[in-house]
Amino acid sequence: MLARIRWGGFTGFVIRRLLLGLLVLFMVSIVIFAATQALPGDPARAILGRSATPASLAALRLKLHLDQPVFTQYWTWLTGLLRGNLGTSLAAQEPVTTLLKPKLVNSSVLVAASAIVSIPLSIAIGSWAAFKREKIFDTVSSNLLLVLAALPEFVVAVVLILLLATTVSQVLPSVSIIPPGSGPWNHPSALVLPTLTLVIAVAPYVARIMRASMIEVLESDYIEMARLKGLPERIVLVRHALPNALGPVFQVIALNLAYLAGGIVVVEYVFNYTGIGGGLQEAVVNHDLPVVQALAMLIAALYVVLNLLADVATIMVTPRLRTQL
Amino acid sequence: MSAPGAVELGGGSIEPTNVAVSVSDLRIDIATTGTPVISDVSFEISRGEILGVVGESGSGKTTVGLALLGHARRGLRIAGGSVLLEGRNILELNDEQLRKLRGGVVSYVPQDPASSLNPALRVGLQLREVLEAHAADQDGGKNRADHSERIAEMMREVALPDDPQFLRRYPHELSGGQQQRIGLAMAFANRPRLIVLDEPTTGLDVTTQAHVLSTVGDLAKLHDVAALYVSHDLAVVAALASRVAVMYAGRVVELGSSDDLFAAAGHPYTRRLIGAIPRLTGGRSLVGIPGHAASPGDRQPGCSFAPRCSLRIEECEREVPALRPVASGHLVRCIRAEEVLAQAQRRIGDPIDMPAAESVAALRLDNLVASYGRHEIVHSVSFSVAAHECVALVGESGSGKTTIARSIAGLHHNWTGKISLGEEPLHTSARRRSSDIRRQIQYIFQNPYGSLNPRRTVGQIIEQPLRVFGVASGRAASHRVGEMLERVSLTASYAQRYPDQLSGGERQRVAIARALVSEPAVLICDEVTSALDVSVQAAIVELLGNLQRDLGLSMLFITHNLPLVRSIAQRVAVLHNGEITEIGDAAQVLGSPAQPYTRQLISDTPSLETAIAEVGLGEAPMDVGSGAPAGEPPVDTAPTG
Amino acid sequence: MIPAAGPDIAAAAVPLEAPAVHATSLLRRSLRLWRTRIGALLVGLLVLVAIVGPYVAPYGPSTPVGAPNSLPGGKAVLGTDYLGQDVLSRLLYGGRSILIMAVIATAAGLIVGVIIGLVAAYARNALDDVLMRAMDVIMAFPQIMLALVAVAVVGAAAWVIVVAIALTTVPRIARVARGAALPVVERDFIASAEAMGVPRWRILFVDLLPNTLGPLMVEASLRMTYSIGVIAALAYLGLSPDPNGANWGTMIQQNQIVLVVQPWGAVMPIIAIALLTMGTGLIGDGIARTAAGIDRDRSSG
Repeated sequence: MLARIRWGGFTGFVIRRLLLGLLVLFMVSIVIFAATQALPGDPARAILGRSATPASLAALRLKLHLDQPVFTQYWTWLTGLLRGNLGTSLAAQEPVTTLLKPKLVNSSVLVAASAIVSIPLSIAIGSWAAFKREKIFDTVSSNLLLVLAALPEFVVAVVLILLLATTVSQVLPSVSIIPPGSGPWNHPSALVLPTLTLVIAVAPYVARIMRASMIEVLESDYIEMARLKGLPERIVLVRHALPNALGPVFQVIALNLAYLAGGIVVVEYVFNYTGIGGGLQEAVVNHDLPVVQALAMLIAALYVVLNLLADVATIMVTPRLRTQL
Repeated sequence: MSAPGAVELGGGSIEPTNVAVSVSDLRIDIATTGTPVISDVSFEISRGEILGVVGESGSGKTTVGLALLGHARRGLRIAGGSVLLEGRNILELNDEQLRKLRGGVVSYVPQDPASSLNPALRVGLQLREVLEAHAADQDGGKNRADHSERIAEMMREVALPDDPQFLRRYPHELSGGQQQRIGLAMAFANRPRLIVLDEPTTGLDVTTQAHVLSTVGDLAKLHDVAALYVSHDLAVVAALASRVAVMYAGRVVELGSSDDLFAAAGHPYTRRLIGAIPRLTGGRSLVGIPGHAASPGDRQPGCSFAPRCSLRIEECEREVPALRPVASGHLVRCIRAEEVLAQAQRRIGDPIDMPAAESVAALRLDNLVASYGRHEIVHSVSFSVAAHECVALVGESGSGKTTIARSIAGLHHNWTGKISLGEEPLHTSARRRSSDIRRQIQYIFQNPYGSLNPRRTVGQIIEQPLRVFGVASGRAASHRVGEMLERVSLTASYAQRYPDQLSGGERQRVAIARALVSEPAVLICDEVTSALDVSVQAAIVELLGNLQRDLGLSMLFITHNLPLVRSIAQRVAVLHNGEITEIGDAAQVLGSPAQPYTRQLISDTPSLETAIAEVGLGEAPMDVGSGAPAGEPPVDTAPTG
Repeated sequence: MIPAAGPDIAAAAVPLEAPAVHATSLLRRSLRLWRTRIGALLVGLLVLVAIVGPYVAPYGPSTPVGAPNSLPGGKAVLGTDYLGQDVLSRLLYGGRSILIMAVIATAAGLIVGVIIGLVAAYARNALDDVLMRAMDVIMAFPQIMLALVAVAVVGAAAWVIVVAIALTTVPRIARVARGAALPVVERDFIASAEAMGVPRWRILFVDLLPNTLGPLMVEASLRMTYSIGVIAALAYLGLSPDPNGANWGTMIQQNQIVLVVQPWGAVMPIIAIALLTMGTGLIGDGIARTAAGIDRDRSSG
């Protein structure tokens, strides 16, 4: 079968990257597993605390398969993972999948909303700042974005709460709990502040890269040539400049979306948003290893997929790379 | 007779109504400081005529070319004068009017075709949009079918395939020559009145260059277009242009027909420039011009060439000479032009006394086969360089000459065969060779900007080989560094400077000093002058030649510039597609080549010989610029080139 | 290829007595910009507060000085927090832990990352691939995730957090170092050193490294900003070495609920963290702009 796969061309490229992604995920799973099993300290003791009796420790160790050789433990875990069995939460005594599913949906909506708002916004801001370089819009936006980029998200989140939900004004709710059974779409106002926080966390980077990329493109020989050919400025910008400027930006967008996957941990916690982020904090505090492992794998998988998409998108926008395949 | 700056042209048979563009008193400044980059530039071009504009880096020739489209690069500002195109002064037009002009009435062919075609768009689209933009200007827009036919016609005119498949390619899928032809097609698309060509053949192979040049000439004639051809290459301009303007430090210093100029130039700079050009026939040393052109901020009052001119007198430094006619259709900006003209012949340089090569081979290659990955580049090359001999290795890009050089130096590891230094066979990798062997083979690179560590001083750079090979250290080392600097015509004070404070020519001298400080036996020069101006190139080749003879070096001189060979090498090997097609005595191979490839290379190389031969001149010595009693020796003891 | 810019113009434009431009003076030159100065000022101020704070605090970090959540007045200049502890004192005690951990983690990540990145760029072969794949694996997580996993297993000890942050800093630095080094490796002066047989480590650290300092310094300040942010966020999540001790991150979380009543308990540490990260961000931006300005001057003709 391997022989029949076309190794060249575009499909070949995608397949190769997919395989590479799987390889990375495989190595990641080893790292995650090693981290949870091979780190110093006894997981059973860490979970049960110092006051645990030897009997309960022994029982827990048995339950966690800690008595078996490392490879068997890993294999059990991995095969379980692939079959969709993400383990059983130690704290809640329920299958991880049941626990996480609704939260996963909520978090996905949050990430999607943030992405949908931030990506076009930052591309627009970046392009305009580049086009009107060193005029007022550019100076103001660049400095503002610089400051916003430096602030940690939880600081941004609490400041937003301060400004819009508690002390200065109270137009939006300060917590965003989504009750079980309903989705974020039923509670749009709860979605606003968390989304806004994530947009502020991500937009500065994409906007700045877009600006830098656009500036470089606008100074290139082929743009000068396009103007010397007498083409209208509109065509120069949209047909000639934008496709070339977008190439490097896709990588950054992917990186930032992946960053979002980790950013929701803190942001959901701040707003008490019922998502996997808040769930993760609980799990960490409770040393609920199966949940932590499952979430780590999920997030890593998300990262790999996003990077693959970014690579594909970059290739599609850069003909030179496409024809070299 | 005419006021300075007034445009006075003879050339009798040209009617004033045939003038396509008329430039008067053009002045371009640096936007922030107001320092003039170009001043006092005036000329006319008639329909069907090609005006060549020559000058070295910093002369302002490209800036003049762009000004004809009403464009100034970032940081520059068009400050005065007029450019009359079809009766209108385009410098007074607004943006929208200018836009309509560009690509339609006046168009531009850029220097680097690869970077001026948009890498993300297919070439067909880039051609079509030129037509569409200007058709839209004229009426509501023609239908697309017309454009397709027109595009096919344009492709045929530039000798490219006219099928739609070809048009679907992206720029990187075309060769350099093909890209440039697309550029030409775009320029001629809307049948403009004037075309500005900015060194369009730089970076192309000699063969490709010849084709592109003939296409340009044919198209210009066919469509009766006026053309401005900017170039640093006098030979190319001599072949193509009917009239030539020579620029120096932002001014036109000479303007006349190319016959007049090459037969008997009126300006000392033009004479020196012609003297610096390598000749294909006759082994003569090259004569460079000492010093270098002042940058815009540094220009002194008076004639800008005066500091480097051997005919300089006190009056030259008082005020800028006017561009005045010395004959019909020939203007010169020099108060002593008549004297210069009186010396009718050109100096070519002393015949070189090449030392006899010894019979012992210093460097020997036997069946060298070199590859990149699985791709074989060099197919079984064998030759030798005798002691005290200089062998030139010539070939076009991709022929494998740099691969051979790097294999000899141990920088390229993927080769088989035998390379011997004297009796001793060499290891493929420099790291595995003994320290002494590494010391004996030294390498000078092409790019003066990349070959010196920007974070080290000149002194540290030259001292490095002494330290690495354990030749000298401490005070003895510093002393030797000072000596070497003097040897390459720089002063010992250069040791404290950093590379980015030096010009290209000065950096190559430092590279030469570094290579020679540890007294090697073999010197490999890899296209060491390709990145330099003509006059600087001449000075560097002069230096290398002298050093080779004085120090008794064996030298392998790699170049794609055929005429250069005669000024430095005794033997020459011609490389084509990784094989040596011809090897032998330089005079013989270049004078009466045996192989067809060599013959073709020579015929494709634009040379001044043809231009000179047509005017029917011999080669008697003259003394302009030699430091002979015609004037005081230049006061400027600034380092050469 | 004749360069479009005149080599002679470029040289003559620099007065011959001008000091050379290179990276140690990059710092000095960047300090001429207002933004770098402001950034340095902010950072300096906050570092002072963090380090010296405990010695000048009026009360201990856990000493009750009044009723919980009271507004400024009396003994407590900035009011009290949810346990009645003095906000000002806790503020002065609260920066040290974050700062020290961030500095150590970033420095460690920087050193290892630079070595890996330079070696990968110089090797340009299988070693490069292997190293970069390893970096990819580590980068498959957002920084905070790895820290969370480590803390989940071992607990929120200081060394755990530092190692986790350092580990996730390494690949990000390595990427930048490699990216900055790749174009330099292609240049002929490196080939010249190789032809002379200069030992590899010497080429790496004496020839290659100094020429990549510009982008590296910018990335280092970015990493510092991130490290501070992540460590503070971990504290906010309740995962700091001393959950009850004074810590800016913890303080924000503890006092978030009473924002309406006594904002200062949360606002002061917010201001502290915000100013610190803005400072490091401004410094990085100042260096980046100076480096870009130098490149522009060098390459324009």
